[in-house]
Amino acid sequence: MSTMRSRFYELAARALDDDPRVALVAAEIGLSELPEDHPRLFNVGIREQLMIGVAAGLAREGMRPIVHSYAPFLVERPYEQIKLDLGHQDVGAILVSTGASYDSARSGRTHQAPGDVAVLSALPGWTIHVPGHPDELERQLHEALRSDGRVYIRMSDEANGAAVPAGGLVVLRRGSDAAPVVLAVGPTLDPVLEATSDLDATVAYLSTVRPFDAAGLRALMRGTDVVLVEPYLAGTSAAAVASALADRPHRLLTLGVGNLELRRYGTGADHRAAHGLDADGIRRSLAGFALPAAA
Amino acid sequence: MPTTSALGYDDLPELLTRLTGDEKHDRAALSTLDVLWVLYDRVLRVDPLDAEDPSRDRFLLSKGHGPAAYYAVLAAKGFVELDALDGFGAFDSTLGYHPDAALVHGVEISSGSLGHGLPIAVGMALALDAQGQGGARVVCLVGDGELDEGSNWEAVQLAGRLRLARLTVVVVDNRTSTYHWPGGIDARFAIEGWDTERIDGRDHDALERALGGTGVAPNVVVAEVSR
Repeated sequence: MSTMRSRFYELAARALDDDPRVALVAAEIGLSELPEDHPRLFNVGIREQLMIGVAAGLAREGMRPIVHSYAPFLVERPYEQIKLDLGHQDVGAILVSTGASYDSARSGRTHQAPGDVAVLSALPGWTIHVPGHPDELERQLHEALRSDGRVYIRMSDEANGAAVPAGGLVVLRRGSDAAPVVLAVGPTLDPVLEATSDLDATVAYLSTVRPFDAAGLRALMRGTDVVLVEPYLAGTSAAAVASALADRPHRLLTLGVGNLELRRYGTGADHRAAHGLDADGIRRSLAGFALPAAA
Repeated sequence: MPTTSALGYDDLPELLTRLTGDEKHDRAALSTLDVLWVLYDRVLRVDPLDAEDPSRDRFLLSKGHGPAAYYAVLAAKGFVELDALDGFGAFDSTLGYHPDAALVHGVEISSGSLGHGLPIAVGMALALDAQGQGGARVVCLVGDGELDEGSNWEAVQLAGRLRLARLTVVVVDNRTSTYHWPGGIDARFAIEGWDTERIDGRDHDALERALGGTGVAPNVVVAEVSR
């Protein structure tokens, strides 16, 4: 199976060839995988503020820019440019990040962005995709290329074994009416399915978190308990869940990356376990919340 | 909305009196007045009746602080209705203390936070090059204080090295930068490959000449204005 990143480079190169509106803006990341001499591939050097400003200027002239870098350098460093040059100017772009929360664990905190979805969620009008499989990335990128909106696609080295072919909230396993709904986002799906394999739980999946599928969650809920499992800062979508269920008694457990300076290197798997996002960790959290059978 | 008013430079003081603002913004507004007038009266190919013409020149007011002079010039040239000037800064006004392109006819970018216009201008110039859009120019006005923002220099570096000849930057230099620019602002651009010129920012003929031409490199015009 190809990685999301390798699939993205293939798709981006094809989009550049197929659609004269498409431009790709990069800051020295991924160039060896892209057609560097293409007239609409703009490498701005290691200048991430400029990267977003240039994308805004391209969009203002009718082009459809794809902007690509590591998540911290794409979202956090030029955050004000994202807010103003894209949002306030009311132009669109497709931001595609790599690295996710801890894919680059060996590189340390500087290359990790567990807060990216949270900070982008503070800006209006963004569609945020968290693909769990290269095929989902492909569907989301094609959808983004057909629109003029502001879209963030958060790629990760972590991926599920199989793609979920539909967008929106998708139910993958149904428990009893009283069973908790475990809502897995992107690459957390496989560990969630493993953790709940012998439990009375409903498992649902989201690879698009903004806009949040509130109607889908409301339609699915029979009981009171929701467990939200996100591969980035824990609780990032808690307000969206609370808003969706505002008129219903409910309990919510949020699992995700802890808001702390871990100061550890190692692998992504090490970090997933450290944040309790592997199957064992998720099962431990379920045991303490709604599913004592998980203990 | 476009209007058919065609007012002159001598009408600008009256238009400015219709706008209200705090003193800090007033001073900055006036520093740009002559540059803006010459741009709209003699240099830019823009038309209030066809403000989205793809072949138009693009003008980006990056230094969004003190926009009274900008609004007055836009009103004189028919982009802004004269009555709109009276509500400057009010809740239901289209004219705020920093311009919003979504609200003001003919304004290319919203500005206010410093250091954003020039990077966007570089993107516009790259797009126009990629689209083969003839002689359309991109002109961006920044302040000397605004150049403190590092984002400008990311843009200056790339535009120089890519030789974005359709790009002109006019720096209104009224020496507001606390730490100044030892060696001169123009020298900073020159080392990045820009054509440079330093002129009196109140001299309309000098402004017209300096802002009028394009060469094979981006050019910067440092318009000196006393405080």
